[in-house]
Amino acid sequence: MKKTWYSYPYLVWMAIFIVVPFLLLLFYSFTASTDQGIVFTLDHVKRLWDPIYLMVLLRSINLALICTIICLIVGYPVSLILASKEYSSNKVLALLFVIPMWINFLLRTYAWMTLLEKDGLVYTILEFLHIPNTQLLYTDQAVVLGMVYNFLPFMVLPIYSVLTKMDKHIIEAAEDLGANYITVLRRIIIPLSLPGVISGITMVFMPAVTTFIISRLLGGGHYILVGNLIEQQFMVVGDWNFGSAISFVLMVVILISMGIMRKYDKEYEGGAIW
Amino acid sequence: MVARLAKRIYLYVIFVFLYAPIVVLVVYSFNESKSRGHWGGFTLKWYLELFKDTEISRALYNTLMIAILSAIIATIIGTAAAIGIHDMKRVKKAIVMNLTYLPVLNPDIVTGVSLMLLFVFSKAVTQIGLGFFTMLLAHITFNIPYVILSVLPKLKQLNKYVYEAALDLGATPLYALWKVVIPEILPGIFTGFLLAFTLSIDDFVISFFTTGSGVSNLSIYVYSMARRGVNPKINALSTIMFLTVLILLLIVNKRMSKDNSNAKEGLK
Repeated sequence: MKKTWYSYPYLVWMAIFIVVPFLLLLFYSFTASTDQGIVFTLDHVKRLWDPIYLMVLLRSINLALICTIICLIVGYPVSLILASKEYSSNKVLALLFVIPMWINFLLRTYAWMTLLEKDGLVYTILEFLHIPNTQLLYTDQAVVLGMVYNFLPFMVLPIYSVLTKMDKHIIEAAEDLGANYITVLRRIIIPLSLPGVISGITMVFMPAVTTFIISRLLGGGHYILVGNLIEQQFMVVGDWNFGSAISFVLMVVILISMGIMRKYDKEYEGGAIW
Repeated sequence: MVARLAKRIYLYVIFVFLYAPIVVLVVYSFNESKSRGHWGGFTLKWYLELFKDTEISRALYNTLMIAILSAIIATIIGTAAAIGIHDMKRVKKAIVMNLTYLPVLNPDIVTGVSLMLLFVFSKAVTQIGLGFFTMLLAHITFNIPYVILSVLPKLKQLNKYVYEAALDLGATPLYALWKVVIPEILPGIFTGFLLAFTLSIDDFVISFFTTGSGVSNLSIYVYSMARRGVNPKINALSTIMFLTVLILLLIVNKRMSKDNSNAKEGLK
């Protein structure tokens, strides 16, 4: 007795709201309406190679990379500590890391606005300590800070979950054989935690590249990343073809890298669907 | 000993980094003075102003209505879909599941933009402009995969012979489904519903692209206000939203851990 037909409403829904929009995006990316009607063109995709837009792309990647590296450097020790013997039984601590992940993105970013603005708390403290400061809000640093703040838990949790699943006997064996902590870390813990590191990097880098909220709120109006560019094309400029082309390129890049990452993950985890 | 202390201090520093901004936000929502550098005394006036603001109450209404409706519809479609997908052959299942993962993996901004294209494009035929209804459709769309992903594991745990036994004993397929399968997977369905509800309340990017002029939800409202600078009213609103999500999250978490422990006991 097969019940496959129960999924038909979903398949129809998916066709209308996932497949068709995707085809529309494709259509807008590669066509232009001219006097002769709608024609196929690669112009919109080529336009991305214009130095102005290329700069935007590079800046987004650059800031996202910086954010990912900081998250990795700050986050890896956190995962190590959370997974270590003293803390591993403490589930509340792990939960405390999950909660900020679920707080609205906007609120988390906005919270930093209140801290960094002129007359804000950080500003007042710096003034009190007589540390000269000029502008805190609407700078590169503010954008990176906002990204790190928003995405740090995405780095910590995957690494933490790999570390907790790791066979502790291997570490004990290494220690019995005379390895010191640094060697254990370098030869055992870090190599075994690589799948977690990779999914952490994916989970931080992808949203950091595509964000337009953080750069808009903490970077100010003049600050343009790829996400802002897409938003502008659709909401301000009204050039849907170019907007679609950027979105399409972004999507392809991200899905391909996700696919590669997942393949890599699968070798370790086994049960992934991809 | 020193290492232990260092570990502890490091964790505390990170937790302060994660929670301080939110705590400051909450504290300043009770601040009399509009300038955030100074403490002007305790007040509830921002909350009062919040409740008087008709635009905010309309945004709240939109947010809740869309969250409830999209969660209910996504739960129904998603649960049915999960039951169907569970019975599919390997290849077909793999294709459908990959498509299901697409909106989960795709950047929000791309999903939002492509849905916007669909709604604007189809306006000529359907006469539905961007607004409440399109936002609802978008929310249902991104919620369904999460419902499927929370129901499928429960279906895998289900003993399929119980369903077959019910059929052998003369139950119609629909009756057997209702009396045997649904009660067994109910925890998964409920978790999926709560997840969908929370995600819907939390969403900004997709709502931003799929709504029209005049119709906004809370996050769109916060965004449009925050763009103009800091405002104590947003602090008050943020505090309320933060507490709501926190409570919902604790409920979901409790349920999930309970589900998991039940599953483990079932395996024994």
